[in-house]
Amino acid sequence: MTSTIWWTIAGATVVTALIKGFGPVVMGGRELSPRINGVIMLMAPALLAALVVTSILAEGDRLHVGADFVGVVVGGALMIWARAGVLTAVLVAAGVTAAIRFFG
Amino acid sequence: MTSPESRAEDHRASFVAGARAGIPYAAVGLLLSASFGVIARDAGFSVAAAIIMSAIVFAGSAQFTAVAILVGGGTAGAAVAAAALMNSRFLPMGIALGPSLPGPPALRAAQGQTVVDASWAMASRGDGTFDRWFLFGSTAPQYVCWVTGTTLGAFGGDLLGDTSRFGLDAIYPMFFLALLISEIKNRRAASIALAGSVVALALVEVTPAGVPVLAASLVALWGLRQNRKTA
Repeated sequence: MTSTIWWTIAGATVVTALIKGFGPVVMGGRELSPRINGVIMLMAPALLAALVVTSILAEGDRLHVGADFVGVVVGGALMIWARAGVLTAVLVAAGVTAAIRFFG
Repeated sequence: MTSPESRAEDHRASFVAGARAGIPYAAVGLLLSASFGVIARDAGFSVAAAIIMSAIVFAGSAQFTAVAILVGGGTAGAAVAAAALMNSRFLPMGIALGPSLPGPPALRAAQGQTVVDASWAMASRGDGTFDRWFLFGSTAPQYVCWVTGTTLGAFGGDLLGDTSRFGLDAIYPMFFLALLISEIKNRRAASIALAGSVVALALVEVTPAGVPVLAASLVALWGLRQNRKTA
């Protein structure tokens, strides 16, 4: 198990460095066309939205709605309508999730 | 147009502004990495292994995924492959960032290592270019907190027990949602976010973890169509 763990750490380090380095090496210093810039501008909302829904709703390879879903919805609502900061929203989301699990 | 001195000052100002902007995300990262420390120890990691992984991999979703694979009895190869898939989103992020990084290839690759989700999103100027000093600045506190939190979790995990009791699993999605909310500045971004979510959810049950998120980045190709009108 110990060697498995160290191989995992070494492997994850290498692949992460390669993935993060690829774009800067290949695309560095180039002027991009406005059309490509248009794609880049939309990348963040697409990726972040996918990360939100998969981290709440995916459990392995299954979809699952749990207490954390409610917590995140409440936290998000506070950010949008009550202008709560990210730290407040995170603490509320965790608190609501914990409360539902405790009483549920 | 600008003298070297004033440019250096601009860099410093950007770095400081980035560091300020990064602090709330760093605080959240502290909680996240503390729960990583706890989970890694439960999975059989030594304290040193947990801390070293955070210090040199420094990618939350990949770390959580890799540990989950090992806990499920997976091999190191499977854990690394899953981590690579989770991190594959940094590929399009790096391609987007690349043109904004100066210097020879090795130096650009090194600068690219500073990308984490929050810094990348915040360093985007909204016109397709990135403020790299803002990026470095916002990553700095996040890195410090990531390693500190892991250390706290790795040493103190036994005191906490099962962290899902505290709703810590809600932190990660909330972290991404906070970033998303700050990115949605117009109707177009909102539609893209919705489309990206639909693509990701549709793929969850049929592809390995990580693929849904990578595939969702393809909806950004919509940007090609929109700009054709103005070009």
